Amino acid sequence: MSTSTFRFDGTDIAFVPGQSVGAALVAAGRPSWRTTRHEGSPRGLFCGIGVCFDCLVTVDGFPNERACLVLAEAGQQVSTQEGSGHDR
Amino acid sequence: MTAEDRRAHTRAHTRADLLVAGGGPAGLTAAATAASGGLSVVLVDSGHALGGQYWRHPPAGAQMSGTDGFHHDLTAYRSLVDTISGHAETGLVDLRLGHHAWTVRRDEDGIELHVVDRRRPGADRAVVLRGRRLLVASGAYDRQLPFPGWDLPGVYTAGALQALLKGGGVAAGRRVLVAGTGPFLLPVAVGLADAGVRVVGVHEANDPRRWLRHARAVAALPGKAVEGVEYAAALLRHRIPVRVRSTVVAAHGRERVEAVTVARLDRDGRLIEGTQQRIAVDAVGVGWGFTPQLELAVSLGCELIGSEDGNAVVDVDAWQRTSVPGVLAAGETTGIGGALLAGLEGRLAAEGLLREVGCGAPSVRLRPVRRAVARQRAFSRAMREAHPVPAGWPAWLDDETTICRCEEVRHRVVREAVASGASDGRQVKQLTRTGMGWCQGRICGFAVECLARGEVPGVAAPAPASERLVAAPLTLGALARLPSHEVE
Ligand code: FES
Repeated sequence: MSTSTFRFDGTDIAFVPGQSVGAALVAAGRPSWRTTRHEGSPRGLFCGIGVCFDCLVTVDGFPNERACLVLAEAGQQVSTQEGSGHDR
Repeated sequence: MTAEDRRAHTRAHTRADLLVAGGGPAGLTAAATAASGGLSVVLVDSGHALGGQYWRHPPAGAQMSGTDGFHHDLTAYRSLVDTISGHAETGLVDLRLGHHAWTVRRDEDGIELHVVDRRRPGADRAVVLRGRRLLVASGAYDRQLPFPGWDLPGVYTAGALQALLKGGGVAAGRRVLVAGTGPFLLPVAVGLADAGVRVVGVHEANDPRRWLRHARAVAALPGKAVEGVEYAAALLRHRIPVRVRSTVVAAHGRERVEAVTVARLDRDGRLIEGTQQRIAVDAVGVGWGFTPQLELAVSLGCELIGSEDGNAVVDVDAWQRTSVPGVLAAGETTGIGGALLAGLEGRLAAEGLLREVGCGAPSVRLRPVRRAVARQRAFSRAMREAHPVPAGWPAWLDDETTICRCEEVRHRVVREAVASGASDGRQVKQLTRTGMGWCQGRICGFAVECLARGEVPGVAAPAPASERLVAAPLTLGALARLPSHEVE
């Protein structure tokens, strides 16, 4: 089993090819990676299958990607998203 | 033009015999059956691998090991995937993974399914798929009820715990509690335990004795009983405590969940005061049955009916045809019934089509399939009746509990709207913005409907289905890149 890494807010997160960005973050012990628009509450993965949109991240500069759906790739730049991403 | 481009170009101008939306058990079986009978099929799924949620697999080329252990009937899955791949090579099946449907149209020639190819972040590509008929096999997602702290990181849907395991080989925590209702909680708990997680409890809100009323439906399916016994044995082997008429009523923690409160429920699903107990956990998975994804069927105007679990589901005839000509539905969209039933319905839908267009082998005997469908439906009806949402669930909300996670609408606000006269989910939504965020009410819709009506929706008056396809929020860029020949 080989592992690679992507960048998440300046740190390297290891993943196994085939994992989603969200799965890799959870595996790395990070259950949250976003704060909500109104109350600034932490959010991470909830439904795990693309339904709830709680898990939004910015991937390689593109906001509003669902971390539970996007496949992790070596060298990817992932960053937390503040707010809902509505006001992109 | 590359060969691939040429093929894509030709496809844009021709109509497939059948579009299949969803690559789970229903869609896979339908696509394989239809293609093997000679029909051209476009199979669309938003996932990276075939199988849907039930047979969720890591994508091709994935390197995590051992996720196969989490699966049932893998032989059936592999043979379906082999069949599909074989037909994909000859061009009879056009397989579109990583494609999200965002709108659908119907005219006298057939169906146009508008999808976005989202395989690469930031590189969305809009595609229009054309077919003479459409099978809606879009499956379902976990139904949720809010509770104080359910928005803390580390609180997941039961399905998310399963998806992380099956699709990514990841265990979401080390001390995990599973709660809600329905047989699905058992494989989730056992899967976690098999992965080395300490499952500190399975809390089933309903009393299993409710099944006794449906003894005949259960006796007709000995396989289900065996499965139940296997799970019971596995729970025992892993020493997983199972509590019935008990549920999670609160989650606690600062930045993430650290503990939950569980409590006993009475026969009518009301919390019994004084039975609260705190349990340390680092993850929780909750599920209250499932909600079918009906957006495609709803936007095409298919007639819906109520199901025992309070869901609206697509009304279909003996060949899985909906009220709209050329539109079929199979699997969870016609009622929550599990993978086996979904596969059988997919089979019936395809066999019906093959007969309709005359390339079927009417010699294929469908009697046993129909008998199996009848048994599975009776069983799933029993399941829906034995595992209702507890009538007293709103009692565990406090004023500040978040109801709508997207728009961060609290219980207090929803209650005020109801007190001022809002009597259904739609009215609450207009007053409070519940269900107006990213998920369009998919997560809180059922709960808001309960709160607005003051009772849990049932078969006679089901909760309305979500209508808007937001599965693929489309960037303008993707629309702009839509090649002109693919626009009407
Ligand atoms: S976790 Fe729900 S959309 Fe990603």
